[in-house]
Amino acid sequence: MGDNSIIRLENITVSFDGEQVLKNLNLSIRDGEFVTLLGPSGCGKTTTLRIIGGFVKPDAGDVFFNGKKINDLPPHKREVNTIFQKYALFPHLNVYDNVAFGMRVHKKSEKQVKETVREMLAMVNLSGFANRNVNSLSGGQQQRVAIARALANDPKVLLLDEPLGALDLKLRKDMQVELKKIQKATGITFIFVTHDQEEALSMSDTVVVMDSGEIQQIGTPEDIYNEPANAFVADFIGESNILDGVMLEDYLCSFAGKKFRCVDAGFQKNENVDVVIRPEDIDVVEADSTHLTGVVTNVTFKGVHFEIIVDVEDFKWMIQSTDYQPVGAKIGLLIQPEDIHIMKKSVYSGTFGDYSTFSDEMEEDVAKEEEAEREDEV
Amino acid sequence: MKSKALSAPYIVWMCIFIIVPLFLVAYFAFTDKTGAFTLENIIQVGQYSDVFLRSIWMGALATLFSLVLGYPLAYIISRSSLRHQSVLIMLVMLPMWMNFLLRTYAWMTLLEDNGMINNFLAAIGLPRLHMINTAGAVVFGMVYDYLPFMILPLYTVLMKIDRSVIEAAQDLGANSRKVFLKVTVPMSMPGIISGITMVFVPAVSTFIISKMLGGGSNLLIGDLIDMQFLGNAYNPYLGSAISLVLMVLILICMGIMNQFDEDGSAEGGMMP
Repeated sequence: MGDNSIIRLENITVSFDGEQVLKNLNLSIRDGEFVTLLGPSGCGKTTTLRIIGGFVKPDAGDVFFNGKKINDLPPHKREVNTIFQKYALFPHLNVYDNVAFGMRVHKKSEKQVKETVREMLAMVNLSGFANRNVNSLSGGQQQRVAIARALANDPKVLLLDEPLGALDLKLRKDMQVELKKIQKATGITFIFVTHDQEEALSMSDTVVVMDSGEIQQIGTPEDIYNEPANAFVADFIGESNILDGVMLEDYLCSFAGKKFRCVDAGFQKNENVDVVIRPEDIDVVEADSTHLTGVVTNVTFKGVHFEIIVDVEDFKWMIQSTDYQPVGAKIGLLIQPEDIHIMKKSVYSGTFGDYSTFSDEMEEDVAKEEEAEREDEV
Repeated sequence: MKSKALSAPYIVWMCIFIIVPLFLVAYFAFTDKTGAFTLENIIQVGQYSDVFLRSIWMGALATLFSLVLGYPLAYIISRSSLRHQSVLIMLVMLPMWMNFLLRTYAWMTLLEDNGMINNFLAAIGLPRLHMINTAGAVVFGMVYDYLPFMILPLYTVLMKIDRSVIEAAQDLGANSRKVFLKVTVPMSMPGIISGITMVFVPAVSTFIISKMLGGGSNLLIGDLIDMQFLGNAYNPYLGSAISLVLMVLILICMGIMNQFDEDGSAEGGMMP
């Protein structure tokens, strides 16, 4: 096929111990792209990366590198390098020898090795560290050695398996900027695995959202955020109020028992849909100036804004607003037509979007508790 | 203060059973029957240099065979599933539950000219082999008795090697041979060092194995010392001198071994 993809996965299926980890996955990655595989733990993103690296053999499906099938190519013959989650530096070698490892395996001259190692260490700001023991370095420094070690091999594709997961917030942000810079400077294709949506949005050219072994959406960070494909994506990327709605006609929908103008079209008349409204898009107004009103049940100060939970006819909405609202206040919610995003119904419909609780686990516990109470009453 | 009080019994124990005997050995080594200072005993040790050389040579051979046999086994055990690991390690340890003397004695009857192995060879029409009372039998006995001491420290370090470090080496272009030579072996160096120490030291100073499997012709340092204290030659002054020289030799050997470990400072191992 005459596309410019450097990595292509076709109909990949993988099971571990009878449990399907990847289901018929198709993914094409362009040369020079910064691609992020984003999803919760257990979604199959790391497995996808390990298939590209050659550490996992798919049960079915093909892996292509520059149009060539590499299903049976062992890891050491692939022109990709990996940055592992726990860095995986060689503890018996110093910083210099760690970075030089790949080149020495490939029988490069020591002169060339010396030159490249110096260049790589300079790139990751570790110039004075060549003779240091890797065990004496901090997490961030070890991570940068791992980056230098992988890049010294001059890979076509760099695989990064949650490389920033073990770092503290500030260092993480610095490393995000640094990685992005390195990617731009080298032009190498980066495939980055993370469960952190903010990291994915801020670094990537393309985000691949995954859940339970399937790709939910592929798109630019803006697309993914503004036009989520289904309730899962809307919930996973940022905060969302997701409501059951009906598309009455083009540009007119109804939810929360009210009718709203919107900018979406192309649905069937009276089609059931999921409606997404981002918390920051909702304006708080006087209760009598709009047709959507609710009672504030909870307010949390978040620094930049207040997170206000509003009960509107038993559905808990989240609003992010810079203005404080006291608990118990009756407020009006104003939503502009362009802030309403309509999605087709999916298997995820009804599982997300209500802010009675923030996590699924909590939700389950609350449900169990209520059930127990009901049984007590009987 | 409290930890000091708690360690007091151990310090007393060490003084009575380690420090004092060591001083006694040194004292006997440098005195004669009248209690006067002399270097005669140490000088006399020189005439047994062939026994020293033989002991070190056999001990080194046994250590080498243990390493060559033990490393692959330890590697295989460390790579098998956790459930299998405990079973395999137990199988390695199992012979150690039986008395050392009894095991060596069993080999004596097996290796005899009219022993089980030769009877079996004769029964299937093969010529009998002379095995007992040879240097080979002694080295074999050493390997058999001390192999677990090689396998256990090796297994401990090999098991601790992170799977992702191996993958990183593959990822950087190393094939399985290079992964083994450039990552697995260097990272298991502490285990190799302690395995060698734990086999070499007892093998050099053994006297039971050479006595039972080596006959009279394969005298080792251990036998020599044994003879000075319990045998007809009764001469505790010379016996102490030999012990002292042996101890110094072993300390030198261990010092040399530890030099190798300097750069391979990865954790693990069971360095005594």
